Amino acid sequence: MTTEAKSAPTTRSRLDPEAMPRRDFLGLAAWWSAAAALLFAFLGSMRLPKAAVLPSASKKFRVRLPASLASGHAFIPSGRSVALYREGNRVYAISTICTHLGCIVKPIDDGFDCPCHGSKFAKDGAVLKGPAPTGLPWYELKHLGGDDFLVDEGKTVAAGTTVIV
Amino acid sequence: MSTIAEKPSDGVEAASTRFLENLRAVPRRIGETMLRTGAPNSDRTRSTFVFGNVFLHLHPVRAHRWSLRWSATWGLGIAAVSCFLILVVTGVLLMFYYKPYPDVAYLSIKDIHFVVPTGRFIRNVHRWAGNMMVVVVLLHMARVFYTAAYRAPREFNWIIGMGLLVVTLGLSFTGYLLPWDQLAYWAITIGANIAQSPREVTDALGITEWFDVGGLQKLILLGSEEVGEEALIRFYLFHVMVLPLILVALMAVHFWRIRKDGGLTRPLDADRRLGRLPNDVYPVFTEAPQKTYNLAAIVKGHTPNVGSGPEQTLPAMPHLMVAEAAVFMLTIAIAVLFAIFIDAPLKEVANPAVPENPAKAPWYFLGLQELVAHSAFMGGIGIPMIVLIGLGLIPYLDRETEGTGVWFGGAGGGALVFWSTIYGLAAVVAVEAVAIYFGWIRQWWPGTPQLVITLINPGTLLTALYAIYSLWCLKKYNSTRAGALALFTCFVCGFVVLTVIGSYFRGPNWDFYWSPSDWPGH
Repeated sequence: MTTEAKSAPTTRSRLDPEAMPRRDFLGLAAWWSAAAALLFAFLGSMRLPKAAVLPSASKKFRVRLPASLASGHAFIPSGRSVALYREGNRVYAISTICTHLGCIVKPIDDGFDCPCHGSKFAKDGAVLKGPAPTGLPWYELKHLGGDDFLVDEGKTVAAGTTVIV
Repeated sequence: MSTIAEKPSDGVEAASTRFLENLRAVPRRIGETMLRTGAPNSDRTRSTFVFGNVFLHLHPVRAHRWSLRWSATWGLGIAAVSCFLILVVTGVLLMFYYKPYPDVAYLSIKDIHFVVPTGRFIRNVHRWAGNMMVVVVLLHMARVFYTAAYRAPREFNWIIGMGLLVVTLGLSFTGYLLPWDQLAYWAITIGANIAQSPREVTDALGITEWFDVGGLQKLILLGSEEVGEEALIRFYLFHVMVLPLILVALMAVHFWRIRKDGGLTRPLDADRRLGRLPNDVYPVFTEAPQKTYNLAAIVKGHTPNVGSGPEQTLPAMPHLMVAEAAVFMLTIAIAVLFAIFIDAPLKEVANPAVPENPAKAPWYFLGLQELVAHSAFMGGIGIPMIVLIGLGLIPYLDRETEGTGVWFGGAGGGALVFWSTIYGLAAVVAVEAVAIYFGWIRQWWPGTPQLVITLINPGTLLTALYAIYSLWCLKKYNSTRAGALALFTCFVCGFVVLTVIGSYFRGPNWDFYWSPSDWPGH
C-alpha cells in the first residue's frame, strides 16, 4: 500500500505474502481497535433491554384442592397453567404449557391436547404425537396440611414424583 | 412627504395600482416560485423540475423507454413505497388514540373502531395497506429475480432489498400484537416461542444450562417470560419507531443504488428490441447535447450519456412522474376499496388462560406455521435462515450475463420455469399429503430422539428436494442461472402451497379439514 511496498519485487505468491509495512500494521490496528470498541459498546448497550428483574408473578403459589376432586380429573387453579391431580393418597402437578410453542394444553380423559399445532401428551405428560420436543414438566409440590399445597412452577421434578398425603 | 405624493407619475403606474396587480398575481407567482424554474415546458425546465426539487431529485432526469414499459416492472417498487406512505399517514392517525398498555390497548382499538370519527376506516386502510405491502414486496422480489435484475452491478441492492423484506415482515409482526385481542396474544406467544426454539436443539444436546440463546432471544423480545405489558411496549416501540426508521434508511440506500447502478436493468440490445420511437410520444428529448463534458473522476466515461444516444430516453417529467402517480393512485384505490368492504378483525380481549383454537398467525406466516407444526426450530428459524441465505447468495452465484433484463431470461427460460413450477407444486403437495395422511416419524416410531425429528421433518425434506432439483437443473443446463431459476420457482411454489394449506385447510388442533364448515363445534 505504501510506495515502499509497491516497489518491492512482486514474485511472492498470494500464500506467502511479503511482510506488512509498519504503517499498514498501525493503520489496520487502529481500524480493528475502533471496530472492537464499537462492538463492545454495542454489546454493553444491549445489556439494557435484557431485564434484570422480570415482572412475572411469583412462581410459588398456594392452592387448596376441592374435596370433590375425583381421581383422574384435573384441577386447574384460576390464572395458573398447572393441572393438579389426586389419585388415592397421591397428589401431583403437571404444567399445561405446551413445550412446543407455549400454547395452553387442554386436559382430556387420556392425557392432554394442544390446540395450536396438534401435539398430544399422555396422562403423565409424555409426548405421543406432534411437534412438541419434550414432555410436559412436573412441578415440585409441598403438602401444607389438609387440602392445602404449595406449587413451585420454578422447580421441575421427574415425571412420576408424587406427594403422599 | 407631500412633495413625493404629488410627483407626476409620467407613465409609471401608481403604487396602489401595482399593489393590486401584484396581489392578483400572487397565486400564479407562488406556483411559479414553488417550482423554482417555472413550468416544465422545455427540455431544460423539465430537467430542473426533477433535479431542482428535493422530493423528486432521487429520480433520473431522463428515463429509458425500456424501463418505462409497464411490463418492465409492473410498478411494483413504487407500489411498495406507496403502501409505506399510506401506512405512515394512517399509522400516525391511529397513534392519536392508541394506548400501548394491556387491556387498555384493546379498549382503545375498540374506541378507534366504533367511536372515533373515521377511525374504523383509517384502521382498515392501515391493515389492508400493510397486507398489500407484504404482497407487493414479495411480487417485487419475484420481478427482480425473473428479469435477472440482481446481476452486476446490482448485487448488493438485492441484499438491501432482502433487508427491506425482513423489516417489512417485522413491521407486520410487531403490528399484529398491538390490538391486544386473542388473535394478537396467541400469535405473538407462538412467535416469541419460535424465538426461543433453539432450545429444541440445545435441550436435545443437553447444553441449555450453559448456552441458552433461545431463552435470551425470547427474553429480549418480550422483556419478560410471557407476553405482557413489557412485550406490548417493546412491540409498540419497534412498530412505530425503530423498524420504520430502519426501513426508511434502507429505502434511501435502495433508491440511491438504483440510480448509481445505472437505473433499471435492461438487456444490452434494448435499443434494437424497442425499435424506433413511435411518432405519437410527446414530449421527447428534443435538444440533443451539442457538447461533451469531461466528468473525469465523477462518473465513468467522458460524457453524461456514454455509449448510446439520448434518443431512447424520455424526460422523467412527465413520462415517469405520470406513471408513478398512476401506481400511487391505484394503490390507494385498492386499499380504500378493501377498507370499505372488509373490516379488520378484532376478537375478544387477550386471555392468557385460553388459547385461540386454531391460533393462526398473519396469513403470510401461515406457511411457516405449517412448517413449525413439525419442528419449531427448523420451521421457525432453521429453514427461514436457509431460505434467506440462499436468496442472498443468488446474485453472487449466478454471474452469467445472458437474459439480463428479460422476463424468465437465461438458460432454459420459460420452459424451465414451467417445469420447475410443476415440480415445486408436486413436491410440496406430496410431502404435505404424506404428513397429513400418514403422520410423521413420532407416530411411526414413538421414542425417536428429538434431534432426528428436528433434522428430518416435512420442512427439511422439502428443502432438500428443492435443493437437489436445483442442482440437477444447474448440471443439466450447465448454467448457474438455470439452478437459480429452478430454486426460486420452487421456493415460490412451496411458499404459496404451504400458505394456502395453513390458511384454508387447518382447523382446530391444527388438524386437516377440507373446509372450515367441517370444523367440530367447540
